[in-house]
Amino acid sequence: MRQPPDMNGAEILARALADEGVEVIFGIPGGVTLPIMKAFEDAPFRFILTRHEQGAAHMAEGYARATGRVGVCLATSGPGATNLITGIADAFMDSTPIVAITGQVATEKIGNDAFQEVDTIGLTATITKHNYLLRNANDIPRIVKEAFYLARTGRPGPVLLDIPVDISRMTGHYRPGPAPRIRGYNPTLDGHPQQIRKAAELLAEAARPVLLAGQGIHISGASEELRELVEKTRIPVATTLLGLGAFPENHPLALKMAGMHGTTYANYALHHADVLLGVGTRFDDRVASRPGEFAPRAKIIHIDIDPTSIGKSVRADVPIVGDAKRILKDLVKAVRPPRIGPWLKQIEEWKAQHPLPTGIPSPKDRRDFRNLLAPRQPWYMNGLPTREIKPQQVIRILDELTRGEAIITADVGQHQMFAAQHLTHLRPRSFISSGGLGTMGFGFPAALGAKIGCPDRQVISISGDGSFQMNLQELAVAALNRIAVKIVLMNNGNLGMVRQWQETVIPGARYMGVILCGSPDFVKLAEAYGLLGLRAVRNEEVRPVLERLLQHPGPALADIQLVMEENCYPMVPVGKNLDEAIVRDPEPPGES
Amino acid sequence: MRHVISALVENRPGVLAKIASLVRARGYNIDSLSVGETDDPSISRMTFAVIGDDRILEQVAKQLNRLVDVIKVVDFTNRDYVERELVLAKVNCKPGQRGQIIELMDIFRGKICDLSPETITVEVTGDEKKVEALIELLKPFGIREIARTGLVALLRGDSKDRTGRRSAKKPPAAAPPPPSPPASGEESPFA
Repeated sequence: MRQPPDMNGAEILARALADEGVEVIFGIPGGVTLPIMKAFEDAPFRFILTRHEQGAAHMAEGYARATGRVGVCLATSGPGATNLITGIADAFMDSTPIVAITGQVATEKIGNDAFQEVDTIGLTATITKHNYLLRNANDIPRIVKEAFYLARTGRPGPVLLDIPVDISRMTGHYRPGPAPRIRGYNPTLDGHPQQIRKAAELLAEAARPVLLAGQGIHISGASEELRELVEKTRIPVATTLLGLGAFPENHPLALKMAGMHGTTYANYALHHADVLLGVGTRFDDRVASRPGEFAPRAKIIHIDIDPTSIGKSVRADVPIVGDAKRILKDLVKAVRPPRIGPWLKQIEEWKAQHPLPTGIPSPKDRRDFRNLLAPRQPWYMNGLPTREIKPQQVIRILDELTRGEAIITADVGQHQMFAAQHLTHLRPRSFISSGGLGTMGFGFPAALGAKIGCPDRQVISISGDGSFQMNLQELAVAALNRIAVKIVLMNNGNLGMVRQWQETVIPGARYMGVILCGSPDFVKLAEAYGLLGLRAVRNEEVRPVLERLLQHPGPALADIQLVMEENCYPMVPVGKNLDEAIVRDPEPPGES
Repeated sequence: MRHVISALVENRPGVLAKIASLVRARGYNIDSLSVGETDDPSISRMTFAVIGDDRILEQVAKQLNRLVDVIKVVDFTNRDYVERELVLAKVNCKPGQRGQIIELMDIFRGKICDLSPETITVEVTGDEKKVEALIELLKPFGIREIARTGLVALLRGDSKDRTGRRSAKKPPAAAPPPPSPPASGEESPFA
């Protein structure tokens, strides 16, 4: 065999990434990544220079969540690596396949407190699926192959490659990596047939069955199988926040989102079920706040590819480890339809009795809060009419305009929950939000990554004025690269979700650290970066502004001035059962 | 109760640190941990003594298994196994007391490793109970220093938890199937 030509480590890396089919890398270079940047000059993938490494990590996540492919981000050593960490932790919590590449100081300097040195491997040990410190240029093809394989298979997650600068410069040879064989990693894919039979029997004999679909449905591409199971059994389906879109919400058996801000009927169904089938969900504490009391009358069937997710919080009477698509396929074959007429009737009644609230019923109830908030408008609102737009209405109009076709990313807070509740989620991988880590600042960069991965789809970032300001520097990336993302800024002038908790959870609390009155004029801000900026202040302006936003060919921002005091209901307080939701604001203090 | 968990792991730099990070991050309470190379130099065996209920132990085993560097995890607790620990103890001992210590070492099948005019250093191996019993008996002399290796353990008889046999039946705690927790249905340990 002929000796392959000499290359340096960085060139081998670029080649290995190209062999994995990488089409875009998000990041910021630095001293120790200079050889890598040199090698990227002739690579077949794009390099998108972000304005902050956190933005790069979230773009890689948005790309991965929208496309199902592995997202790649790059940062230099030290501060570059620490800036990536929030994004890596977010990907770990939400099972998002990304590969993060960090530069590291030269091997002989590691441990000497060198310039821009940080122990990246140690810092990321508990927030990565696996991480590698590279020691030899010739290992790079094998390690890159393993990294992508680990990131996208089993329960996906982030994998980090830490590359000392001397390894990037080291001469070696490129030999394509072998098919990954990792003896400590062997995810179970097929469900145990006996367990599937047991699950089928339980479902067939159930009187009050319900399905809870999580993000595992998106990851394994099991929406079709889920639909077949529902069509055959008529069992109603609730989804988790990350599972939204796994089952079309225009279907009569859809219960929409369950959990803390889920629909009352989904939560009642879970609470009163006698058989609960959870697929691709880890029953986190926003769904099961009291794991011991969760679905108290139900036998629980739990399907997940990650054995650690099963039995961790809620009990599992029939655990099934494996890939959701394969197991649902087997389950559809094995199951007989249960007799659940009365149960479905009960659920219809709940749906009729407890629709989602679309706005505050009586402004009088909220006079005290309003009085406290009103004088704290952002400066540029002076002279503009009083705020009157309700967030729920904005989302509903957006839903009418997009008809479930757009990819929506949400940040974290009230706007995220309003979007989860009031959009009609129809397609998988089309609602992208930070669930587990709850990372404010996730949504806008994630939208940029999603749009790059899916250029033919409308991509909308629904953000709050608090979240958006955590990563708004990436407006430059949108403008420069003409990434036609549409930002719907749900601007209520405060950290709404924290304020809501201060009002509802802490008796007698005043507003402490939640008013965002120093915010900039977001229309001018958008224009300063070269985006189209729009604003809606009156109710009748919402629809035309959103229409114009969606029709604009380039990136654009709509500043929607919302009422400041709206709260998001239903809300199941921490430590309560799913049938104990608060559905309206508490009585204002001192009113009698 | 105390569980003994044995893990076969990649013998590579950084693996111990990753496992230690996991244990700390998940808040598990490790009583002792010992590590050493196996007959295959690419594999180390780690033996954990962990205090906790069955549910915590199941999570410890599963979380360890989830690490890519961990090849195999076996909970020895309800199985037939041998465990040993080695203890070195430096004890106050005037020349006139040496006979008593030597007698004690005869009973415990220990060894004298070092002598000085004022002290004696002894070595004993055994299971946890034997080691604890010896320490109790040495206390009256005055223990100056003690060093313990932590438990090492192996399954008895022909059973082997070697690697390379991925098809070998997995322990219930490590990875279902068979299902864990035991899916008898009636008696859920978490009810």
